[in-house]
Amino acid sequence: MTDMSNHASRISLFEVDPRTRRRNAAEKRFRAYGATAICIAVIALVLLVGTILRDGSGAFRQTYLSMPVALSAEKLDPKGNRDPAEMSKVLTLAYGRVLDDALDAAVAQMDTQIEGLSEKDMTGLVSKEASAQLRDRVLADPELVGQTVDVNVLVNGRIDGYFKGRVSKESAERDSNTSPQQLMLADALAEDGVLVTRFNREFITNPDASDQRPEAAGVGIAILGSLYMMLVVLFLSVPIGVAASIYLEEFAPKNRLTDIIEVNISNLAAVPSIVFGILGLAVFINFAGLPQSAPIVGGLVLTLMTLPTIIISTRAALKAVPPSIRDAALGVGASKMQSVFHHVLPLAMPGIMTGTILGLAQALGETAPLLLIGMVAFVREFPAAPPEGLFDPASALPVQVYNWTQRSDPAFVERASGAIIILLIFLLCMNLLAIFLRRKFERRW
Amino acid sequence: MPLSWALIASLLLAVAGYLIGRNRALGAAGPDVRMLHSRPTYHGVSVALTTFGPAAVIVVLALLLRMTGQIDPTTGGVAGLAVLGGAILGLGWGISRIGADFQARSAVERMVMSVLIICSLIAIATTVGIVLSLIFETGSFFQKYSWHEFFFGLEWTPRFDGNSRLGMLPLLWGTLYISFIALVVAVPIGLFAAIYLSEYASPRIRSFAKPMVELLAGIPTIVYGLFALITVGPMLRDWIAQPLGLGNSASSVLTAGLVMGIMLIPFVSSLSDDIINAVPQSLRDAALGLGSTPSETVRQVVLPAALPGIVGAVLLAASRAIGETMIVVLGAGAAATMSLNPLEAMTTITVKIVSQLTGDNDFSSPETLVAFALGLTLFVITLCLNIVALIIVRKYREQYE
Repeated sequence: MTDMSNHASRISLFEVDPRTRRRNAAEKRFRAYGATAICIAVIALVLLVGTILRDGSGAFRQTYLSMPVALSAEKLDPKGNRDPAEMSKVLTLAYGRVLDDALDAAVAQMDTQIEGLSEKDMTGLVSKEASAQLRDRVLADPELVGQTVDVNVLVNGRIDGYFKGRVSKESAERDSNTSPQQLMLADALAEDGVLVTRFNREFITNPDASDQRPEAAGVGIAILGSLYMMLVVLFLSVPIGVAASIYLEEFAPKNRLTDIIEVNISNLAAVPSIVFGILGLAVFINFAGLPQSAPIVGGLVLTLMTLPTIIISTRAALKAVPPSIRDAALGVGASKMQSVFHHVLPLAMPGIMTGTILGLAQALGETAPLLLIGMVAFVREFPAAPPEGLFDPASALPVQVYNWTQRSDPAFVERASGAIIILLIFLLCMNLLAIFLRRKFERRW
Repeated sequence: MPLSWALIASLLLAVAGYLIGRNRALGAAGPDVRMLHSRPTYHGVSVALTTFGPAAVIVVLALLLRMTGQIDPTTGGVAGLAVLGGAILGLGWGISRIGADFQARSAVERMVMSVLIICSLIAIATTVGIVLSLIFETGSFFQKYSWHEFFFGLEWTPRFDGNSRLGMLPLLWGTLYISFIALVVAVPIGLFAAIYLSEYASPRIRSFAKPMVELLAGIPTIVYGLFALITVGPMLRDWIAQPLGLGNSASSVLTAGLVMGIMLIPFVSSLSDDIINAVPQSLRDAALGLGSTPSETVRQVVLPAALPGIVGAVLLAASRAIGETMIVVLGAGAAATMSLNPLEAMTTITVKIVSQLTGDNDFSSPETLVAFALGLTLFVITLCLNIVALIIVRKYREQYE
């Protein structure tokens, strides 16, 4: 009995001895490290997406002056013949005056008057882009001259920023581009319903605007340029990638050459993307003489960059088709080529498509190589329809973001984040499509 | 553009060739189609391929000649005629081959096979193109600037009036420093995340956390760059750098390193996840059976077994970090300094490649050409890292297969 009680005092089933306690604590700690790592990753993701959404949502709302504008005939069409060729001699300056008059009228109708309001505050309220937009509208439809039309006029980026909380009366004191009086006027106009904030469709369709006019900048050309490049990538990298994978996976003999090709492809997949940009600059622009900042060059560079990704995923999809399928086809007399093209390839198709979409998504977000082939250029003209449009200068979504981060006006930060939101929406759609295809068609053998 | 018209015309000829070939084959077979060696479709396709093949080859040749300036771009008409001529000759030859004994299927398969081989050679052509374009321009750079000053120079001050000092070491230092910080962030977090996901997490947590971590991998680097520029950079400056008096620049080594580390987390974690899962379950079972706790199993059995693979993964991540561009362009700054202070702005090889090659380039000045030498350096460094990593990972995989 004494022996047993002694023994029990040393090792009890109910009391944990110090060593076990230490080991259990270490276990708990280790587990907590793992959970912390996951948490950090998730928090980083939430922070990243959260700040972009917070900063970028403003780009989708825009402040406009919604007021009647009298398009006076003597100012806009001095000859009075409504001939667009004659009218195009009238510069945007005249349209600016027309807008100023309309704003004066709107301010005169207000009940409250703001003290210390200067002439500059009044004219500065309207965006510099607004007169050009009004001019385009009148030139497209000369009959408008002489009438009074309701227009939505862009306001200056500072006023827009005031309604989005980026500019305050305190910061306006120190800002040469705006003044507290101007902001008070904006408040009064907003109360009157002249100044309204609504959804900014122009952000998605407009071209880029110059450094002074963040309120007019849009991603229209960038979306189009990205789309053109994706078309080039799709039409080049999918056939080439699938053909190369079929050869390497199904036909290639085991020899020196195929070994070199395989090592090559896995290395190409890890070459920094900027090196592909250097390749594009040296080969496609300097050597082949293709135009700078054209989607065709961007598309070619991105094709070379995504090919390894597509080849690797296509080979995985081909490998996943069980050999019994090939054997069955060969057994009923099909040639090797027939067994691949009639049986293996169709079965591998869902996997190939998933890999292709993910490769395209990677290409869509790629920036660095495009910087080197001149896609950073300031482009105001929309490219033509393909195929000629592939050679016109264009921008691309991620490059547009980079471009805007290099501008001095803080309003462009909002635009850059807004462009990223659009980019992320595209990427999300592509990834969802890939997941859908995988779920719907993937077969487990 | 006559060349494109000629190409479209030869496509139409190829379609016509398909129909003619198919009909001729059926005619040659007589009443019994089984007399043919191949199915009629193959005869048609063989004619179509012999029609379009020469035309496509001539188009490519014409484009190449045009690019190298051997022929004048205005002589597109001649090239177009040559394309059309090639197509017609091919059509005639293809049709003449048709007969009951013609082995059309083997002919088609040979042609398809050569297309497949050409496509897989494009990967090699890309590498050759990269290497040649880098070496060629680097060569002309070293004719204008001495190579030892480039490799061992401690000062980077490009000037457009000549007299530039183009020493690479400050850029290399910035690159390695930022990559080091990125790895210090990414490797522990990525590794622990992988361990937790593969050894501890319940299926429910796993199904939620794994896609979240993978989402980080799908986000383009420009987004990380913007995050560094407008969120992380100012935060580090206001909370750490200025209170401690270590600097007052929003772009710094730490900013770029931290954000790049976040970018690399999914990369490290998914690679290590694969590697940890490749460790045979029997090793774990044996360790647990002897009474070790799960964490002891991981630390003393799984991790040592997976170590070579993890080292490979870390090397791959390092090569990623060294070649990363947008995060450092937006987050690290442009000052080529060599200092130990992580809150100071420094610059990297990739940043300087971008800044020397954007805008108007003069390809005879060393200030532009230096970008190619930097590119070659970058290419060689990442290539070495990748090759070593791939060898390690491959060796390790064989060990347990």
